[in-house]
Amino acid sequence: MTGKNLPALSISELQSLLRDREVSPREVLEALAARVEAVDGEIDAYLSLDFEAAAKEAEKANVDLPLGGVPIAIKDIINVAGEPCSCASKILRGYRAPYDATVIRKLRAAGAIPFGKTNMDEFAMGSSTENSAMKLTRNPWDLSRVPGGSSGGSAAAVAANEAFGALGTETGGSIRQPAALSGVVGLKPSYGRVSRFGVIAFASSLDQVGPLTKTVRDSALIMNAIAGHDRQETTSLNEPVPDYTAQLGKDLRGFRLGLAKEYMIEGTDPQVKTAINAAVKHLNSLGAEIVDVSLPHTDYATAVYYILATAEASANLARFDGVRYGYQAENPKDLRDFYGRTRGEGFGLEVKRRIILGTYVLSSGYYDAYYLRAQKVRELIRQDFAKAFEKVDALISPTSPVPAFKFGERTADPLQMYLADIFTSPANLAGICGISVPCGFAHADGQRLPIGLQLLGKALDEARILQIAHAYEQTTDWHNARPPIAANRQNA
Amino acid sequence: MAKTSDLDVAYVARLVRLNLTEEETELFQKQLGDVLKYAEKLREVDVSNVEAAAHALPIFNVFREDEPRDWFTEEQALSNAPRQAKGLFIVPKVVE
Repeated sequence: MTGKNLPALSISELQSLLRDREVSPREVLEALAARVEAVDGEIDAYLSLDFEAAAKEAEKANVDLPLGGVPIAIKDIINVAGEPCSCASKILRGYRAPYDATVIRKLRAAGAIPFGKTNMDEFAMGSSTENSAMKLTRNPWDLSRVPGGSSGGSAAAVAANEAFGALGTETGGSIRQPAALSGVVGLKPSYGRVSRFGVIAFASSLDQVGPLTKTVRDSALIMNAIAGHDRQETTSLNEPVPDYTAQLGKDLRGFRLGLAKEYMIEGTDPQVKTAINAAVKHLNSLGAEIVDVSLPHTDYATAVYYILATAEASANLARFDGVRYGYQAENPKDLRDFYGRTRGEGFGLEVKRRIILGTYVLSSGYYDAYYLRAQKVRELIRQDFAKAFEKVDALISPTSPVPAFKFGERTADPLQMYLADIFTSPANLAGICGISVPCGFAHADGQRLPIGLQLLGKALDEARILQIAHAYEQTTDWHNARPPIAANRQNA
Repeated sequence: MAKTSDLDVAYVARLVRLNLTEEETELFQKQLGDVLKYAEKLREVDVSNVEAAAHALPIFNVFREDEPRDWFTEEQALSNAPRQAKGLFIVPKVVE
């Protein structure tokens, strides 16, 4: 074993050591397990770990495969055969996945090793991971603050060097927002780019799977493994998958980047504004031209999102009825009592709130006023982006209007929590891709809190936003900064 | 758009087979009232000439041959069942 601090490495750094046979996959797993043991008591990023199963995979790992021997953490909404998959919900406590999701099958084919399932907001509903029925995950930069959500466990695990990379999922910002708040890279692929087969559905016209990593290159590497058509998923696009690393390192001359005036909203933290303005200047200095654009329907996105996402969720979550799997109410009087109590006792507060809202906006007499109108405004939001992308290659904005907030600060008022998605949910509504990359720090209570720069690209243009994010990252130092918990435990 | 006071949380909860406590019902009545009030801003948008988008991207019907193939065994399908017997899921009595 080398003297290197293995858990601190990026995936691509780890790969060169593995390929040069300087470390073995078994040594990598052991170092990672020790790291999780040392810090996860404080972070609580994981809901379950299976280093035993991972060790068996490591013994036969082919390190010359694209992700050969690289352990990857998996959000607990994605089925990994034989492992728990609870969606951080009481209603799925004890459930074990009988099969691999397509993304897991693809990761394994590329040589990667799943070893643990990460915490999340119950059924991915939330922006802080506080809605987990299992535990709170703490932000590695400040343990009194949330890691963002819903993929908060994945983001915190990568930030605290207790994962080399992770899979998350997004419906309205659940990869990009926790990536921003935890100081890592998070990519939401275009709708249809990555198969959702085997991923527990939240809102099927919005959901996507994507990577959370320490570097932009690492996100490209994971995308190379997971993107592509799946005959078991009818919404997955049958389009060729490029090599997402091919454009990395090319310069930005000739690129046009759009700044939407509608994204310069009141209520954005001044430190976030300062960091984004500096990032825009920096991208300009790298040769990109900055262009003003308008996305006039932005202000309606949150309302559209919460009508459509809850409507779809109310239908998707009908399958949790206590019959085939999961929690079941005891001693029911009759079938109605069985369903009503199973669901009432099994689902948490936010999930119940959204099922009620979603059912209401779909119900007879209100469908046209809410659901149908929201679908129409969604089309206008999509057209806003289409027009903007006629003028620019990508759009720039903050990922989140605020840095990581304290536990409990936003839970009392769901509407305030919903507004945390304001810069991210429009991309899900429009089906386009987006990435968050670290671009600075806010300072609060003597702690540094990461800020994320968001780049949005048109559908299937992941390679381009990865290229821009990589150019930014490689000429700044933000991605090299590690949270105190990582720095203190360098040699743990 | 309907008045937000039309939302009857207890009624919707019965429709969707979701037992709520009195406290939850009261809390949701207030909170979802606020959310629906916020959603009223969609009334400002002129959507008279807009076709509703079911998906963000053009997605068409997808057809394939209906070929049988191996999937779950009975044992796998029942592996997570809260209650089972003789290869079947056990549910409360539905017909008298």
